[in-house]
Amino acid sequence: MTQSNGLYDAILNGDAKKAHSATQDALEAGAAPLQLISESMVPAMDEVGRLFEAEEYFVPELLLAGRAMRSALELLRPLMTAAGEKLSTRVVIGTVKGDLHDIGKNIVGSMLEGSGFEVIDLGTDVSPEKFVAAVEERKPQIVCMSALLTVTMPVMKTTIDALQTAGLRTQVKVLIGGAPVTMQYAKEIGADGYSENASGAVGLVRNLLRVA
Amino acid sequence: MSRLREWLANGLLITDGAWGTELQVRGLPPGTIPDTWNLTHPERVEAVARAYVEAGSQVILTNTFRANAIAMHGSTEDDLDAINRAGVALSRHAAVEALVFASIGPTGKMLLSGEIDSEQVTAAFAAQARSLAAAGVDALLVETMSDVEEARLAVDAARRTGLPVIVSFAFDSGKNKDRTMMGATPESVAEAMVEAGADAVGANCGVGVEQAILICRRLRAACDLPIWIKPNAGLPTMEGTAVRYGPSAEFFASHYAALRDAGASFLGGCCGSTPEFIRALVSAQRATL
Repeated sequence: MTQSNGLYDAILNGDAKKAHSATQDALEAGAAPLQLISESMVPAMDEVGRLFEAEEYFVPELLLAGRAMRSALELLRPLMTAAGEKLSTRVVIGTVKGDLHDIGKNIVGSMLEGSGFEVIDLGTDVSPEKFVAAVEERKPQIVCMSALLTVTMPVMKTTIDALQTAGLRTQVKVLIGGAPVTMQYAKEIGADGYSENASGAVGLVRNLLRVA
Repeated sequence: MSRLREWLANGLLITDGAWGTELQVRGLPPGTIPDTWNLTHPERVEAVARAYVEAGSQVILTNTFRANAIAMHGSTEDDLDAINRAGVALSRHAAVEALVFASIGPTGKMLLSGEIDSEQVTAAFAAQARSLAAAGVDALLVETMSDVEEARLAVDAARRTGLPVIVSFAFDSGKNKDRTMMGATPESVAEAMVEAGADAVGANCGVGVEQAILICRRLRAACDLPIWIKPNAGLPTMEGTAVRYGPSAEFFASHYAALRDAGASFLGGCCGSTPEFIRALVSAQRATL
């Protein structure tokens, strides 16, 4: 694992250039892509998450770590595709109808992408119909919904109901987040999970996939 | 003495309360950008301004929080100019003797993520500041900031108008809720904004009035600028599909003396506060005179 410590540090420090070169070095030294991911990259993102929870890291550090992670994944993805390996947990994410806020949603999307998931971003003001269509067409395992406004929160329930009506609810795990959203609200509307912040969202997705 | 200090010569000034929730009460649908109502529903926007003036606000804002080219991408330069000018005209018309400070909110994008660069941010804020200044405001308020760098660019752009510039951050993150979303502390914000040449610094939104006292004290200790404070009425909770804000106007106003003693020069409310909150603040102020 010595050859990939550089990668771990680069992600922890949010250094995209170093993450790229450390990945290249490790590959040249014979490391396997999946091994780099599981032994260096995922532990690094876990540590980033821990530091965020401990409030030593804030949003800027999360974003930079996510970017470093992506620059390493850019090198690994083609190799993995060639080898027939995939990361492919697919996440559909969007801010619900009536709500135009996208910073929180973008941070969560970037962290998920940085953690190796395929993220399909539907943008803001996403109608329940659009979520349903995306689940039908893209077949994600996870749907993430965001709302910043108390007045748009109820649309999360409308969207879950729409998935139910379309017969798609059991095919996906639905996660919700945003400033006014609470765990209690998630339970009330029948979501599978809630996270207070982006690093929590990554852990939540991993846990849900483990039990799924 | 700066214009701002002259206005404060007789002590703390009471500002206004929330606009978004007041516009919703008057029929603004969710998902509609409030600023567009300056052109489509001017009488209802003016009604909000008037409600605050009647409640005793000595400073009122304008309904222009999102009217910059990044937050309202897709709008033309002319549309944004018209929205900003109308926003100033509506507040000015309602103001009588109250001062009118123009609201400039964040871009809603992050410099750090690379979605936007500093030139775009500067251009967006400079254009908005020009429109607002041309329409005749008394000062510019850069508010609800979380990124020190974005705020610095906004203050720079706003100062080019020659108007007094106030800059206010939202402290709502971290264990003690004393950091901005981007991790900035009251101390780091105060230092950076003094350096940027702001005429006043402050905190708005956040997690409520009690927390605002602690933030205000720390801003006060960290710099000599006048302090602008507009706390949320409290975090909203859902009761069924209805939104309820925790504390009452009386509870909010009962912190008047504590906020004044903590060093607030401008005091009002953010999300969830109503003209009733301002009326209660004005009574609390009169009671201490």
